[in-house]
Amino acid sequence: MIPYEQIIGHLRQLPGCNDIQYSSFRDNHRLVVPKDCIYTVLQRLKDDFNFDMLIDITAVDYLHYPDARHRFGVVYCLLNTQTGQRLIVKTNLDEPDLQLPSAFSLWKAADWLEREVYDMFGIVFEGHPDLRRILMPETFTDYPLRKDYPLRGRGERHDFPVISRAES
Amino acid sequence: MPLELVETWDEFIDQKQYLYTLNFGPQHPATHTTLRLILTLEGEKVVKAVPDIGYLHSGFEKLGEDLNYNQYVTIVDRMNYISPVANEIAWHHVVEKLLGIEITPRCKYIRTILAELARISDHCLNIGAAALDLGGFTPFLYAFYQREQIYDLIQEASGQRFHPSYTRIGGLMYDVRDEWIRGVRQFVQTFPKAHSDIHRLLTRNRIFVERTKGIGVLPRELAINLGCTGPVARASGVVRDLRKDEPYLAYGELRDTFQVVCATGGDCYARYLVRMEEMLESLKIIKAAIENLPSGPVNIDVETKEVLPPKPDTWRTIEGLIQHFELIMTNRGLSTPREEIYGAIESPNGELGFYIVADGSDRPYRCRTRPPSFVHFAVFPYLAVGHQISDLVAILGSLNIIAAELDR
Repeated sequence: MIPYEQIIGHLRQLPGCNDIQYSSFRDNHRLVVPKDCIYTVLQRLKDDFNFDMLIDITAVDYLHYPDARHRFGVVYCLLNTQTGQRLIVKTNLDEPDLQLPSAFSLWKAADWLEREVYDMFGIVFEGHPDLRRILMPETFTDYPLRKDYPLRGRGERHDFPVISRAES
Repeated sequence: MPLELVETWDEFIDQKQYLYTLNFGPQHPATHTTLRLILTLEGEKVVKAVPDIGYLHSGFEKLGEDLNYNQYVTIVDRMNYISPVANEIAWHHVVEKLLGIEITPRCKYIRTILAELARISDHCLNIGAAALDLGGFTPFLYAFYQREQIYDLIQEASGQRFHPSYTRIGGLMYDVRDEWIRGVRQFVQTFPKAHSDIHRLLTRNRIFVERTKGIGVLPRELAINLGCTGPVARASGVVRDLRKDEPYLAYGELRDTFQVVCATGGDCYARYLVRMEEMLESLKIIKAAIENLPSGPVNIDVETKEVLPPKPDTWRTIEGLIQHFELIMTNRGLSTPREEIYGAIESPNGELGFYIVADGSDRPYRCRTRPPSFVHFAVFPYLAVGHQISDLVAILGSLNIIAAELDR
C-alpha cells in the first residue's frame, strides 16, 4: 500500500497541480484538485497508483452552504481493488463555466454516473459519448438537485402534455 | 465471445437493412420492475441494447435534504425493497461514522444478524425469480417460503414486515425479545433443508444450466472497469467483500466464521452459484452471531444527546421527555460536524454507499446514494450483445436490478 502522502507528493509535481489540497476525516482521504488538472490527476491515479475502480461520481450544490466559496463540487470516489485503498477526489466549479472533461476514457463506469450528474446538476462532461438525461424525461428543462430548485410547489409537471386514452 | 462479435457488427450496421427495433418493457413480466430496453435485433439476436431508465424516479435524494437523519431511514427503506434492513443499516452506519458514534456490542450483533437475514432474503428472491423466468416454478415457491420466514423474524423484531425502519442513530428502535432469538435459531436449523432443495432442483438441472452457462459473460477486467461490486464482481473473479476488507459492525469479530465466495466464470451460472454459496456463508455468520449475542443495552448512552430515549422513558420521566424534545423539535435537534463523508457497506447487491454532506444542522445538506443496481444496470448493454432475446431475461435476473434503487 502506497502512503497517501507519497501519492499527493507525486501529484503535486505535475504541471499546474501544485495547489492540490489534502485532508482526512474519519477514514476518508480527500483531495481537492483544481478544475483544470482534474483529468490529469485522475489519469495519474489510475495508471500510476492503480486506482482501477471508479466507485461513484456525484456533485454537491453549495448554494446555501455556510461559508462556501464555490457553487458546485464534483466528487469522484476511487478504489484500488488490490490494496483496498480509497481516495475521494473533489473539484470545484462555478457558474457559468460548468464543464469538466469526461472520465469515460479511464473508467467505463463513468458513463451513467456522469449522465446522472448532468441530469441532476447540469454539469457538462466534455468528451462523454452519450450525454443525455438519464432519470428525468428528455423534455425536462431544469436540474432538480440544485438548491434553487424547489422541493415542492408547482413545477414542470404542470406543463407536461396531457394525453387522452383515445390519443395514446 | 459477445464482445468480439460487436466490433465486427458495428462496421456494417448501416448496411444491414433487416435489423429491427424492439421495445422491451417498461411493463414486461420478465423485467420484474419498471425498466425499459430498446433492442436492435437481427432475427432473434441482440445487436444493440439501450436501457431507458427513470420510470420510478421519485427524488429520494431531494427528499433526504428535507428530512432529518432519523426520518430519512423510512425513505432509504424503499430503495432496495427486497432487503430493506440492509439499506437502513447502511444509512445509519454512515451517519454514525459522520457523528463518530461507536454503537454498543449488542446492537452491532443484532444489526449483523439482520443484515445477513436481508442478504439471504435478497438472494432467495433473486434465485427464485431467475428460475421462474427460465421456466422453473418450484424453486421460486421454496425460496419465497424462506423469505416469508425472514419477514416473520423482521416483524418479530421491529413490528413491520416489509419496511421496518428499525435502526436509529446510535442503536435500534427497541431491543429484540427472546422469541426473536428462538426464531433466528430455528431459521438457522430449517434453512439448509430448503437451500439443498433449491440446490438439487437447479444446480444440475440441464435446462437451467444450458440457459445460464456461458450467457452474459463479464470478464474480470471489464467488471473492475465498470465498477461492479458484490456477487456480480465476485462471480467474475474480483475477490472483494467489504465484510472482510473493511470490517464494520461485528464482522471484524466474526471474520473467521465465514469465507468470501468467488467464481471465475463470470456468466449467469457463476453469479447463481456465488449467490447460492453466499447464503450458506451468511447462515454461518448468523449462527455464530446469535450464539455470541452480547447482553447489555442496545442503544448508546442517552447522555450523549445523540440517541432518542426509550419510549417508556419519554412517557414516564421528565428527563426522557426533554431529551426526546431536544432531538425532535425543529429548532433544536442534532448538531453535526460541518464535514463530508463517504461510507459503504456490503449490501446483498454490492457496495451500497452514502455520500453525506453535513452543514451542522440535523438534516443532511446532501445525501447521495451509491446504488449498486444503477452501476450494475450500466453493465447490461455489454452483456446483452450477441445473445438471443430469451437470454436477456436470464441476464437481467442474474444482475438483480431493483428499479426503485436504480431510479431512486
